[in-house]
Amino acid sequence: MVVRFGAFLIGLVFVLALLTAFLVPREAAEETVAHKFHLHPKALKLASDGPLGKFDRQQLQRGFQVYKEVCAACHSLRFVAFRDLEGIGFTKPEVKAIANQWAIEVPAINPDTGEATTRKAMPSDYFPSPYANETAARAANNNALPPDLSLMAKAREGGAPYVHSLLTGYRDPPADLPADARPGPSLYYNPYFANLNIAMPPPLVADGQVSYADGTSASVDQMATDVSAFLVWTAEPKLENRHRTGVAVVIFLIIATTLAYLSYRNIWADQKH
Amino acid sequence: MSFPWAEHYAPKHPLTKWIDSRLPLPRLVYNAIGAGYPVPRNLNYFWNFGVLAGAALAIQIITGIILAMHYAAHGDIAFQSVESIMRDVNSGWLLRYAHANGASFFFIVVYLHIFRGLYYGSYKAPREMVWLLGVVIFLLMMATAFMGYVLPWGQMSFWGAQVITGFFSAIPVVGEPIRVWLLGGFAPDNAALNRFFSLHYLLPFVIAGVVVLHIWALHIPGSNNPTGVDVKGPQDTVPFHPYYTAKDGFGLGVFLTAFSLMLFFAPNALGHADNYIPANPLSTPAHIVPEWYFWPFYAILRAFTVNFFWIPAKLWGVVAMFSAIALLFVLPWLDASPVRSANYRPLYRKFFWLLVLDVLVLGYCGVMPAEEPWVRISQFAAAYYFAHFLIILPIVSRVEKPLPLPNSISESVLHGEKAEAAPIGVQA
Ligand code: HEC
Ligand code: HEM
Repeated sequence: MVVRFGAFLIGLVFVLALLTAFLVPREAAEETVAHKFHLHPKALKLASDGPLGKFDRQQLQRGFQVYKEVCAACHSLRFVAFRDLEGIGFTKPEVKAIANQWAIEVPAINPDTGEATTRKAMPSDYFPSPYANETAARAANNNALPPDLSLMAKAREGGAPYVHSLLTGYRDPPADLPADARPGPSLYYNPYFANLNIAMPPPLVADGQVSYADGTSASVDQMATDVSAFLVWTAEPKLENRHRTGVAVVIFLIIATTLAYLSYRNIWADQKH
Repeated sequence: MSFPWAEHYAPKHPLTKWIDSRLPLPRLVYNAIGAGYPVPRNLNYFWNFGVLAGAALAIQIITGIILAMHYAAHGDIAFQSVESIMRDVNSGWLLRYAHANGASFFFIVVYLHIFRGLYYGSYKAPREMVWLLGVVIFLLMMATAFMGYVLPWGQMSFWGAQVITGFFSAIPVVGEPIRVWLLGGFAPDNAALNRFFSLHYLLPFVIAGVVVLHIWALHIPGSNNPTGVDVKGPQDTVPFHPYYTAKDGFGLGVFLTAFSLMLFFAPNALGHADNYIPANPLSTPAHIVPEWYFWPFYAILRAFTVNFFWIPAKLWGVVAMFSAIALLFVLPWLDASPVRSANYRPLYRKFFWLLVLDVLVLGYCGVMPAEEPWVRISQFAAAYYFAHFLIILPIVSRVEKPLPLPNSISESVLHGEKAEAAPIGVQA
C-alpha cells in the first residue's frame, strides 16, 4: 500500500515535469541552409556489394593507381601495408617494386650515426604519410587536415557511394545560396559534403588524368568509381572471406536447425501441449 | 526444491557413482537443467529466451577473452590494435564482429525475455526474487555494454563516455568531483580507458554469477507458464530434458542463424560510422547517439527540458532515466492483481501493448536529433512510460475483472485450447 502510494506520487511528479516541458512553447525546427542544399550520395554499384559480393581485382588495381598518382599526395593509408597489395592481385615482385619506388620514403634510423633519416619502403612497411605530422599536414592544406583514407568507406554514413559522389560532386554554388554559406577562400562548393564547403581542392579534374595500364578509359567518373572500390577494400580487406564463411555457416545452420526442429517434434510427438 | 514427482538422479556407471558420492555436481546439473527439473508442459516459444540469453552471454565471454589477448588498452594505440585485430589476427574480424553484434543480440533476447515476464506476470509472487535478480542482470549488462563500446576508442566511444560520465556532474555540489574521480581526469583519457577495460572484463563474470542465483531462485517455485496458473500435479509438467532441451536446441538454431546473417552480411548495420574515426577530443560529432539498446532511455534523459521545482532539467533527466529502470524493482508490488497471465487480464493486456508501442516510440525519438517534433513526442511518451508503471498499472490491477482461469495447466492443454498459450489478441 505504502509502495503504491509512494509510486503514485513519484509518477505524478515525473508526469507533471514532462507535461510542463511538453506545453512550453518552442520554435519549430528551422531548415538549415546545409539541410536544404545538401545532397544524398548517388547510387553506386560495386562488385563487392551484396551478401555474395566479391572484389573486382582489376578495378581495385586501377583504384590503387588513382590513389598512388593522385590522393597519396595528401592522404595517408596508415592501416594498409604494401604487402597487403598481394590481396588485390599484385605478385610479390610487383609489390616489392611498388614499395621500392614509392615517392615518399619511410622514417628510419641511420645505423651508423643513430640519426633520424628516411629509407626506401619495403613490402612490410605501412603506406607512409605524406606529412611529418598533423601540423605539417594542416600547414600544407590551408589549415584543413586530409583524413587517413584506410577506413573512409566505413567511417562515413554513405560509405563508398559517398566517396564517389564527393569526388564527382564539385560544382559552382547555386545562385540562391545565401552569402554566409558560400565557399570562403580556399574552400570549394560540394553539396555532398556535410557543410557544403570542403577544403579539398577537386582532386579529379580531367579525363585521362591517370593512364590506366589495362586500357580502361579514365573518365573522371571511372577514376572516382575505381578509387571508391579500392577504399572499400582498404576498409574491409577481409570482405570476401567474410561473405564466403557466412554462406557456409548459414547453410550449415539451416540444416542443423531443421534437424533440431525434427527432433523436437519427434520428442514431443507423444505429448499434448 | 522442485516438485515431489521430479525424477531422481540415479547414476549407474561405477565412475559416475564414484563422482556423485564425492562431488554431486552431475546431480546438480541433472536437477537444474536435466530430467530432474519438471517444467510446465504448455510453455510457448517466449520461454526460449532465457536459455538464449545464457547462450549470448557465453558467446560474449568466449569472443571477449580472445579479443582481450590482442587488444591494447591505451589511448594512443587502442584504435590501432582493434584495426590490427580486424586485419592481421587470424579470424580476428570474425571475433570482433561476433562480439559487437553479439552484444546487440544479447539485448534483443533480453528485451524479449523481460517483456515476456511483463506479459505473463512472471514477476509476481512467488517469483519476485527471480525478477529482482533479472533487473540486476539488466543493469549490469548496460554497464558492461557501455564500457565495452568505449574500448575501440573511436569518436562515438570517446563522446559517448563524455556524455554518460557527464550524468554525474548533474548531481549538485559533489557531482563534478565524483565525475573527475570516476574518470581519473577531467575528460575521458587513458586512465578512464584502462579502468573501463578492467571493469568490462570483470562484469560479465559478475553477470554469470547473478545468472546462477537467478536460475536458483527460479527453481524454487519452478517456471511460470502462459496460463499463469500454478502447477497442480505431475500431469501438468514434463521433464526439462529431453522435452525442453530439444525445444531450446531448435530455438538456439534459429537464434544462431539470425545472428550469423547479421554478423556475416551486415556487421556494421547496427553500429555507427563515426566509431571508425579515431577518438578526437577536439572535434565533437554532429550527433552523439548511443547504441540502439539505450535509445529509449536516452530519449527519457533528453525529454526533460525545463527546470521544474527549482531542480535543473539535466538533473531531472538523469534521475528519471535511472528511475525508468529502478521502478522495475518495485513492479511486483505495484501490480496487485492475483492473476498472472495477461491472457486473462483484458484491460491490462491493452495497456501492455500500449507500453510496447510507447517504448518503441521512445526508442525512435532517442536516435533522432533533439529537435521538434521529436522532443515533444518524447516528452509525451516518457510521461506515459512513468504513468504506465506508477499510476495506471496499480489502478488497473484494482479495477479490472479478470476472465475465468482454467482449473489447471493440463485441463487447458487437453481442451485443445492452444490459443490460450498464444500471446496476442486471445479470446478466452
Ligand atoms: C591537395 C590535397 C588533396 C588531394 C590530392 C586529395 N585530397 Fe582528399 N582531402 C584533402 C583535404 C584537405 C581534406 C579535408 C577537407 C575538409 O575537412 O574540409 C580532404 C578530405 C577528403 C575526404 C573526406 C571528406 C569528409 O567527408 O570528411 C575524402 C573521402 C577524400 N578527401 C578523398 C580523396 C580522394 C579519394 C583523393 C584522390 C582521388 C583525394 N582525396 C585527394 C586534401 C586532398
Ligand atoms: C544475462 C541475462 C539473463 C539470463 C542468462 C537469464 C536466464 C534465464 C533463464 C535460463 C531462465 C529460465 C528459462 C526462461 O523462463 O526463459 C530465466 C527466467 C526468468 N528470467 Fe532471466 N535471464 C537473464 C536476464 C533477465 C532479466 C534482465 C530479467 C528481467 C528484468 C529476467 C527475468 C526473468 C524471469 C522473471 C524469469 C522467470 C520466468 C518464468 O518462469 O516465467 N531475466 N532467466
